[in-house]
Amino acid sequence: MKIDIILAGVGGQGILSIAAVIGEAALSQGLFMKQSEVHGMSQRGGDVQSNLRISDRAIYSDLIPAGKADLVLALEPMEALRYLPYLSAEGWLVSNSVPYVNIPNYPEEDKLKESIARFQRKVILDVDSIAREAGSVRAANMVLLGAACPFLRLDYSGLQQAVRRIFERKGEAVVELNLKALSMGKALAEQEFKP
Amino acid sequence: MNSKLLLLADEAVAQAALDAGISGVYAYPGTPSTEITEYIQSSDKAQRENIHRNWSANEKTAMEAAMGMAFAGKRALVCMKHVGVNVAADPLMNSSISGVVGGLVFVAADDPSMHSSQNEQDSRFYGRFAMIPVLEPSSQQEAYDMTYYGFELSEKLGFPVMLRITTRLAHSRSGVVRREERAQNKLRFSDDPRQFVLLPVNARQRYKKLLAAQQDMQALSEASSFNAFFPGKDLSKGVVACGIAYNYLMENFPEGCPFPVLKVGQYPLPKTAIAQLLENCGEVVVLEEGYPLAEEMIGGLLNRGNKVTGRLSGLLPRDGELNPDIVAAAFGLKTTQLFEKPEVVMPRPPALCQGCGHRDMYDALNAAIAEYGERVKVFGDIGCYTLGYLPPFKALHACLDMGASITMAKGAADAGLEYAVAVIGDSTFTHSGMTSLLDAVYENSPITVIISDNEVAAMTGGQDSPGTGRLEAICAGLGVEPEHIRSLVPLKKNHDEMVRVIKEEMNYRGVSVIIPRRACIHTLNRKKNSKQ
Repeated sequence: MKIDIILAGVGGQGILSIAAVIGEAALSQGLFMKQSEVHGMSQRGGDVQSNLRISDRAIYSDLIPAGKADLVLALEPMEALRYLPYLSAEGWLVSNSVPYVNIPNYPEEDKLKESIARFQRKVILDVDSIAREAGSVRAANMVLLGAACPFLRLDYSGLQQAVRRIFERKGEAVVELNLKALSMGKALAEQEFKP
Repeated sequence: MNSKLLLLADEAVAQAALDAGISGVYAYPGTPSTEITEYIQSSDKAQRENIHRNWSANEKTAMEAAMGMAFAGKRALVCMKHVGVNVAADPLMNSSISGVVGGLVFVAADDPSMHSSQNEQDSRFYGRFAMIPVLEPSSQQEAYDMTYYGFELSEKLGFPVMLRITTRLAHSRSGVVRREERAQNKLRFSDDPRQFVLLPVNARQRYKKLLAAQQDMQALSEASSFNAFFPGKDLSKGVVACGIAYNYLMENFPEGCPFPVLKVGQYPLPKTAIAQLLENCGEVVVLEEGYPLAEEMIGGLLNRGNKVTGRLSGLLPRDGELNPDIVAAAFGLKTTQLFEKPEVVMPRPPALCQGCGHRDMYDALNAAIAEYGERVKVFGDIGCYTLGYLPPFKALHACLDMGASITMAKGAADAGLEYAVAVIGDSTFTHSGMTSLLDAVYENSPITVIISDNEVAAMTGGQDSPGTGRLEAICAGLGVEPEHIRSLVPLKKNHDEMVRVIKEEMNYRGVSVIIPRRACIHTLNRKKNSKQ
């Protein structure tokens, strides 16, 4: 078993929390993992990505080779498209639909939608709105993680426990918010896609 | 498996140093090394045992303090980014002459591809230059094991040991198994009163000791388990894979590499295994992150017959970090990329945060200098505010190294530039700008220095800056006239006042310091969030 995930977004959106939850869950299930992240200059509103690799065998490279990723998980639609060259033939794209516009030459909405529409194997959700429904837009990253559940091949209760462990120092209300966001994302993705 | 800690390689280095019984870590923040010290700062053990963990003013003061600790027989860790090694080069080069009593591990975190740096210099050259062993991990576990071993090695040899990591490993997480905790050393001094007094008469003797120790370092490398030889059936090629380059090789040969492989993790390079590869294989491919150090050493100046290939021969790109795809291409393996990046995808460069005080400072500076055209140049420095080069500000004409804004402005003023303006951050100023300012004061150079003060080292994530609250006093102490030290609050409502003050000071024909001061909003938000 191996699963290679590229997490993408804009600095400050919270992709590293998604990585932390998946990593925690994978490790507690006795799997090997490597997770490379971006720190430093790019975190100031630039594009950020994290390569997350999980396997039942020892993993060599911290980076995923081109064409080998099983999943691109993105909190921003243009950032999702940036990593298409990494997706394998069976790979899936799971992304937020809401653009994060902080550059003057951000593509027009129609052109962006067109590019996404051309790609077949995808789940595109307005995770911001779903997170608001769950209680706070700050839980958007957990909605997205929930939406990725059908593709993750990780035990769902393990993910729930990981959410609990990652957020517990912020109090029970934050844990509950994130668990709710996770389950809402999962339910919506399962409606759109049956693995 | 549950006993594994999930750690960045930086954190694995820190945990190993704690387990190996360090009495202190000394460092200046710098990507990708910052998380080592931060991990120790947040450790319960460090707090309980009062292990030194405050930030130093710069890499040189860090290394010197670490040498003080090693002088006193205790174990010290010192960490910095690769360009910080330049700043610490003076104590580093002399630390191998004096040697150490307590173990000293010097972590150099290199940044190939310049993710957050102005060059991609390879610290292994510094290790070779100082003639000390260099350890280079390929995994988070090795980062732990090598740090732990590095202290033993340092004490056994009586010299500092360098640990070289690169960004990709430093900022990648994996499971790490710890070893047993070792108690801190007791206070102990050298038996030889001459050891640390590097007068020529003593230094000549110490240098002979360093030269004599080279044989021991070589022998330890030959026998080291971090230098592993894996036989292969296909002798058309042999591979020397240094540090994480080994991972990219094995990623491409998941069922095992058909060629013999020497995995290098400890320098000086192990000669016996390399000789074996050269004798038995048609070609020796050298995979290494950074400069072609091993390739050049193995191939020699002329590389007769072009038998040794790598970054220098053109088999691999000369610059930038390696990855599995680049290494695949070097072995003629096909990659399986199916999809292109759509044309609508635009680059998204980093930018100053909305609401950041540097933005208000640049707005005022640009308004103040507009009328002077080519008669004004702005010299930048290293920090978030270097982003002032990019649109919408396009405010900077230079950025060289830590502290260079002030000294370059002075030199340009010496050359006849009418209006020379320096923009430097608070932490960078106390890192290396104070001596620059003294040079300018000494000659009363007509320069305007803007210390854009956000009361923190912001770019690296908000570390304390030793100069916070002391900038005016430091500038006055260095001799800047008190009426030309101007403090401001960089806010939109103060724009006109800021423009006026900048213009006034630009037209003063001596040294002025303007200090726009407002706390970093990123750090403020983080503090607020952590309180919640």
